[in-house]
Amino acid sequence: MLETITFSLLNGLLYGMLLFMLSSGLTLIFGMMGVLNFAHASFYMLGAYFAYTMGLYTGFWVALFLAPIAVGLIGAAVERFGLRQVHQYGHVPELLFTFGLAYVVEELVRLFWGNTPMNYRVPEALDFPLFSLFGTNYPAFRVFVLVVAVSMFVGLYLLLKRTRAGLIIQASLSRPDMVSALGHNVPQVFMWVFAFGTGLAALGGVVGGIQLVTEPGMAFMMGPIVFVVVVVGGLGSIQGALIASILIGVLQTFALSVDWSLANLGMVFGYAVPPESFFATIWYMDSTRIAPMLPYLLLVLMLIFRPRGLMGKRES
Amino acid sequence: MSQETALALKGLTKNFGRAEIIRGVDLDIKANERHVIIGPNGAGKSTLFNLISGRLEATSGTIQLFGREIDGLPPHRVNRMGLSRSFQVTNLFQNMTVMQNLRCALLWSKGHKYAFWKLVNSQQEVTERAEELMERLNLTAKQHVPASLLTYAEQRALEIGATIASGAKVLLLDEPTAGMSRTEADDMVELIREITTDCTLVMVEHDLGVVFNLADRISVLVYGEVIASDTPEAVRANAAVQEAYLGTEVH
Amino acid sequence: MNTTQVQTGAAAGGVGRSIWVRRLWPWLVAVVIAMLLPLLVTSNHGLTMISHMGVMIIFALSYNMLLGNTGLLSFGHAVYFGLGGYMAMHMLRYIEATGFGMPLELLPVVGALGGLLFGLIFGAVSTRRAGVVFAMISLGIGEMVTASSLMFTGFFGGEAGLFGNREAPVSLFGIDYGPGRNVYYLVAVWALIAAVIMFLLRQTPLGWMANAVRDNPERAQFVGYSPQMVRFFQFVLAATFAGLAGGLFIVVDEIITDETVGMIQSGLVLLSAYIGGIGFFLGPVVGAVLVVFLESELSSITDAWLLYFGLLFVAVVMFAPQGLFGVAYQQVMSWRAGEWVRSFHARLYATSAMLVFVLALIAVIEKAYHVLRHWNPQEPMPLFFVTIDATSMVPWLVSFAVMAGALAVFFLHARPLLRRALDSGEGA
Repeated sequence: MLETITFSLLNGLLYGMLLFMLSSGLTLIFGMMGVLNFAHASFYMLGAYFAYTMGLYTGFWVALFLAPIAVGLIGAAVERFGLRQVHQYGHVPELLFTFGLAYVVEELVRLFWGNTPMNYRVPEALDFPLFSLFGTNYPAFRVFVLVVAVSMFVGLYLLLKRTRAGLIIQASLSRPDMVSALGHNVPQVFMWVFAFGTGLAALGGVVGGIQLVTEPGMAFMMGPIVFVVVVVGGLGSIQGALIASILIGVLQTFALSVDWSLANLGMVFGYAVPPESFFATIWYMDSTRIAPMLPYLLLVLMLIFRPRGLMGKRES
Repeated sequence: MSQETALALKGLTKNFGRAEIIRGVDLDIKANERHVIIGPNGAGKSTLFNLISGRLEATSGTIQLFGREIDGLPPHRVNRMGLSRSFQVTNLFQNMTVMQNLRCALLWSKGHKYAFWKLVNSQQEVTERAEELMERLNLTAKQHVPASLLTYAEQRALEIGATIASGAKVLLLDEPTAGMSRTEADDMVELIREITTDCTLVMVEHDLGVVFNLADRISVLVYGEVIASDTPEAVRANAAVQEAYLGTEVH
Repeated sequence: MNTTQVQTGAAAGGVGRSIWVRRLWPWLVAVVIAMLLPLLVTSNHGLTMISHMGVMIIFALSYNMLLGNTGLLSFGHAVYFGLGGYMAMHMLRYIEATGFGMPLELLPVVGALGGLLFGLIFGAVSTRRAGVVFAMISLGIGEMVTASSLMFTGFFGGEAGLFGNREAPVSLFGIDYGPGRNVYYLVAVWALIAAVIMFLLRQTPLGWMANAVRDNPERAQFVGYSPQMVRFFQFVLAATFAGLAGGLFIVVDEIITDETVGMIQSGLVLLSAYIGGIGFFLGPVVGAVLVVFLESELSSITDAWLLYFGLLFVAVVMFAPQGLFGVAYQQVMSWRAGEWVRSFHARLYATSAMLVFVLALIAVIEKAYHVLRHWNPQEPMPLFFVTIDATSMVPWLVSFAVMAGALAVFFLHARPLLRRALDSGEGA
């Protein structure tokens, strides 16, 4: 039991940190530009694919840096030549633009890399068990993912709290209108924020592609969950995104690894629903089957009862 | 004019964070009275309107409309109880025509609610009343023009029309003549006089000519407090008012 | 957006009959086209396609009750389509099993009731807010229902979905619903009924206030309406029609899987409505027909069809947010205003330049798919009436040169010319 809990916690934390890497960029983009970037997970996917292909020539470590930069530049181009054009029509067309973009990116990935998953592996330097718990080895790469994610959070935190650029970004998280009033070139700031945010997603993809999977469906698999994280954490809040990522990561991992149903709870109180009754389906439902639904249930409940999310400063 | 009270404010306050904008307003407005609220900029006149109409929630105090408490109710509930307001900044359905704006303003009061089983265009009563209103507002010629394409004065007139359409017993008009030329303002005052013969008017106004021309009673709001509430003559003579307000504004 | 165009009929006032003719002729044309279509389209594949068009038209129109009329962007409208379909499917299977006497013609009503039921439940929680919050709740509900299809396999039929036999129920009119053509007519009749009702709904007090709430929720409150209630009623009605479309869908396909409630289906209806034009009643109709056509025909011609699809959508969002119908409408208006006379050549010129660019782009995409995805890239590739070797340099150079040339002509010459032609008119 203790073993399951420990490993679920560790894996949940890991998954949560992966989610955080995606959602931090999204929350930054949303906070500044008011654009809920539907294609955010597509940039995550591009990060994974770029790193895989670059890695074939340069090795993992160079790709770890180059892939996010390349994707960030693509992000900048998308903002400059796409989003900016749509900006004048309002937020809904912006959302729709990124929605269409997600389709296009997925098809392009299928075109260039095919439909089958890539053989994107853990780099040799990290391919060893770091420590052993309850007789099970814990791979070093997972710890590496944690390290990357934590340094990303710390880096972001310092950037936002300690630098001038961070000050501008923070100011625009709460008052976007004021930033332009103060004479900053808002379109250019937008472009670089978008580039930076998509670059962060790509960094998530570089490690996430190895840890999870690198295939054309990965964006549509992660996309909605990232939205959940950002909304639950509070639109525009980096700390909120971190908390929500870990919460959802742990919650889902637990539900998947612990075979459990409401009936177990019932037994503690000596109560059971008759198997043929209407509620029996839910009563005896394994938690593994409920798991995929949990984040969305959380999202809907959060939006109904606390629309600004855990740490959000404003509603929308 | 000692009839029943249309609108009664008791100990009304409103804070924004630590700033007290409305600091304990008591006001009794009789039915069928034309009551004008004056005061320097930032005195809290618009905030007061927002509190009464349900756009903002009061920090403390009560608001009664014909004896029924309305504070804390959402704007649409307040509106249904017979209180209607206009806005200082024109607030219309910009994409709709004059006719459509007026019809929208009439639908609820004519009992159509959320009906989806009848057509708006075949509601004779709504159409006739809208045409009547347009006639009164001098907008008949522009009935098919979208609100956004009207001149400023026409938009203001339509704003008043949308406010009175429901036949509310109490009207709140927020600076209806602001930004108008002399003749436009005079027309507007005549219109307001005409439409308020059998209802209660509460109005915020800066133009003192308009104020003394129209008001039965005047309240002076300064820094969130009513420092005087009386007949125009008495307010004109009131030393405190002259010092706090008129002295600085009348030249 | 275009609240004006539907109401101008009354404006003319008094001239009785001619108004009715003017109002009715588009519907009569629609009836005639719908009735004659099976004479042109006779294959089973084609009949299924035009049946799907009918279903999609209802679905897209119902979607536009949200997006176009009320300003609610939903990423989960397929929930009501799919759940309505499942309800109808369960009824169909019940009829099959017990011989229950409900006629097939009324089966879509079961779907509509399913949509209504779930619309009431989910609408109550999601319409409290508009804007991004509403969009996110709709996404959440959509994903939640999709995920629950894994939980309730009894209802959703698991991976394989559920099958039914449309010939099991009786028919009200003694029609044999074996042949696809008869099914098409059933779809067409329902689509017309639904379209007429949805058209009329726009002109009811609720429909008007939906527009009002979309444009200015605050003012709507100050004329006595609760924006939340307006959104809720519109949402429930839209869900009902989505359910109706779902009910018809299972009559056509005789199978339903959990994909019908999913994100892809929700995206498809959004695409249809938006590509067609959400500011016009007919916009979603055009979009639905186009999307189903592309989905059905393009997919058999080229592997790149989803890419074209995505590019088309992005292009519409970027350059023609009024939708394809909106563009057509503008052109007609500009024709009537006489703008075409003096700008005809400039228009033709600019359009041709753009068309050449698009054709060259298609050539590039097709070649890319051939080189990267074909099992043997060396194999000669047919492209626009010629056969080329996609691995050689020349066709690529030609395509890129044409693309660059067309773009240069468009931006440097054709567009300024067109602008001048239009401006000169304004000055005159």
